[in-house]
Amino acid sequence: MSAAAAGGPPAAEPAMKPTWTGRLRAAALHRWPPERLLPDVQPTYVASWIYVFGALSLASLVVTVLSGSVLALKGPGWWHFTSVGHFINSTHMWAVELFFFFMVIHLWGKYWMAAWRGGRARVWMSGAVTFLVAIPCALTGYVSQQNFDAQWISTQAKDAFNSVGIGAFFNLTNFGQMYSYHVLLLPVAVLGLVGAHVLLVRRHGVVPPLERGRVIGS
Amino acid sequence: MLGVVVNLNHPAHFVHWGFFQMSISNLIAIIVMLVVFAAAILLPFPGHRRRGGAS
Repeated sequence: MSAAAAGGPPAAEPAMKPTWTGRLRAAALHRWPPERLLPDVQPTYVASWIYVFGALSLASLVVTVLSGSVLALKGPGWWHFTSVGHFINSTHMWAVELFFFFMVIHLWGKYWMAAWRGGRARVWMSGAVTFLVAIPCALTGYVSQQNFDAQWISTQAKDAFNSVGIGAFFNLTNFGQMYSYHVLLLPVAVLGLVGAHVLLVRRHGVVPPLERGRVIGS
Repeated sequence: MLGVVVNLNHPAHFVHWGFFQMSISNLIAIIVMLVVFAAAILLPFPGHRRRGGAS
């Protein structure tokens, strides 16, 4: 029975032991307190369509990962030769198209409002790197289709890679290598970067629009 | 579905102005992105004016 339950004074909170888990928890709570990590209100200026495209990119990414997971489970024979397989294959392709569509508009919007202001340089850079890593993630999907389109693209692309001297590391005609890049290495990188990007947005808040007549840096 | 409306069973059409070359489909996608970008800036956000203050 505790001292408080017995009617005595409440026991003092035990001092945190200097463990890495304790320090990590304290640092995470300092940077992302719950009300900042999962806010229920946003500034007034967020009520604009241009602020919607980040969330739309995330939604497209979720559909891409879910449909891609189904394709990975079922395999090429299913996605090429069954009607449901065709549908999921097309869902995956169009989700990627929309992911890049929304991400490019998100990037344009943030570029023209100088979204790196107010200590948000890492937010901007993590988004830009995500965009760059997502491109080979999508292109390795083209050469993982297991059809004539994939053969044509891979044999054309291998010449480009060989011409710049990296064909020995990225063999476009090696289906196993390209498929591994497409379903594991690059998606993990994209999801990690997107997670870091979202956490940084939560940490620093959504960038406000530029004030009319104010010179940046003044 | 799109194949029902538009015949897609042919090689891609390209536009070619000097050094610039691009498939029609990519050009349309870029134009639509520019239109959506402009609309996102210009169109009012629904309910914003009615609520007022922090949303």
